[in-house]
Amino acid sequence: MQRRSHFLEKTLSGITETLERSLFAEAISLKSGLFQSLDPRVKVLATLAMLIGVALSRSVWIIGGVYLLALYFARASAIPMDFFIRRVWLAVFLFTGLIAVPALFITPGPALLHLPWGLVITQTGARSMVFLLLRVGTSVSLVLLLILTTPWNTVLGALSVLKIPDVFVMILGMTCRYIFLLLHIANDMFLSRKSRVVGRLSGSEERHMLAVVGATLLSKSLNMSSEVYLAMVSRGYRGTAVTFKPFRMRIRDWSWTAIFVVITALILSFGH
Amino acid sequence: MTATVFDVRNVSFAYDNQLIALEHVNLTVHEGESLVILGANGSGKSTLLKLLDGLYFPTAGEINAFDEPLTETRLRDDDFNFAFRRRVGLVFQDADVQLFCASVGDEVAFAPLQLGLGHDEVRRRVDQALVALRIEKLRDRAPHRLSGGEKRRVALASLLSLNPEVWLLDEPTIGLDPRSQSWLVDFIRHLREQNRTVITATHDLAFAQKFATGIHVFDENHCLAASGLPEEILADHDLLHRCNLSHYHAAVKEAHHH
Repeated sequence: MQRRSHFLEKTLSGITETLERSLFAEAISLKSGLFQSLDPRVKVLATLAMLIGVALSRSVWIIGGVYLLALYFARASAIPMDFFIRRVWLAVFLFTGLIAVPALFITPGPALLHLPWGLVITQTGARSMVFLLLRVGTSVSLVLLLILTTPWNTVLGALSVLKIPDVFVMILGMTCRYIFLLLHIANDMFLSRKSRVVGRLSGSEERHMLAVVGATLLSKSLNMSSEVYLAMVSRGYRGTAVTFKPFRMRIRDWSWTAIFVVITALILSFGH
Repeated sequence: MTATVFDVRNVSFAYDNQLIALEHVNLTVHEGESLVILGANGSGKSTLLKLLDGLYFPTAGEINAFDEPLTETRLRDDDFNFAFRRRVGLVFQDADVQLFCASVGDEVAFAPLQLGLGHDEVRRRVDQALVALRIEKLRDRAPHRLSGGEKRRVALASLLSLNPEVWLLDEPTIGLDPRSQSWLVDFIRHLREQNRTVITATHDLAFAQKFATGIHVFDENHCLAASGLPEEILADHDLLHRCNLSHYHAAVKEAHHH
């Protein structure tokens, strides 16, 4: 029997999932909550500071404390807790966990658990693995907190506080904007093909279809890029884009900046 | 007598010097007019608007804008470019092309920022444009999340924040539901009341009828087939049929359009 690859269905469901996920993230970012109400520059800097704190910390308790803090912020920002925890730990166990498993056995130290076939989990190995997983899980949670509570375009705008050049931020924004447009077009092309297919396509036919869609999208994106350039020129673009910084710090933002400074100072002081 | 905005003299244009888009076009646009360029798909309407906006340049013939030659060399001059871009704005046919910024607010602020207005002035203009088009709630939204009608409003707002004297609208009704189309007609009439010059490329005869003060018709050979008042042009069924703007059904003998 011929093996079925289901290329088409998998690609289609992958695109749909990406679009749905971005819709879900935008819905959360529009809710009223603690992180949503803060100036994005405060959030970007606070996230960066806490990430550095977590990366430098040598205390499991401090990292655990930051994770609990991230959970509190997520709850106060109306993020569904089961989603927030599952999304992070599923990925962390799947990727970091697999990489870290050998450390359980090969790190020298006193034995913690004896397994069949002479395998021994050492205390040092177990500690290293917990430490690594907790550090990665906490870091991912902090980043997820930022991107779920802040629209992507606002995060980009806030990057100016890190002195990233305007042209770079603008290119990133346009890339993100047109990736979604091309994803929508690809989705429509796959759906239109699927609606006209009776039965299942063979693997090679599906790969051919994928290549055709890829080539069409490339051609469309080339045409579109020259049209977009004309649209920019039409509105006064002369090679150097002037951008707008619409953010304004309020008392509330300054207060939270002070709180985050204290939190970061505590992480750095007690983390060693 | 009203001032001349554009004077198009014997203009031809071909893409890559091969694919002909316009041939020997002559027309004059006066201040405050609401002109409609009618033509079937591929007749050269969009190309003409891009020529008038100084994005393309004629392969033959010449265009004058505000009594000055509109050429590539002239537009390289910063002062001329600055003055021209402030006076003329184009709303592209494909709103996704026009809306290239990451958020609606950035999009509406783009033109006034590039043309050197101060940030406070830009902020004021963005607020005004968003309110005028009733899209204040979309300010922080990403353009790819918007519906067709919302995208069209944002594209218009992105020009309204500049408030140019001349508005070039390329197929503005595409993808709009009847309510949005009716709103668009009101918007164009409002521009006319402000003595703005509006040039609209479309193949929608019913839409053109609602606000045109003059009509130019392009045939499928990329030539200007006729120019005149709306009541004359729209009553000439043979002309409209010849230019693929109306058609016959087997059961209906007279040419008509939907």
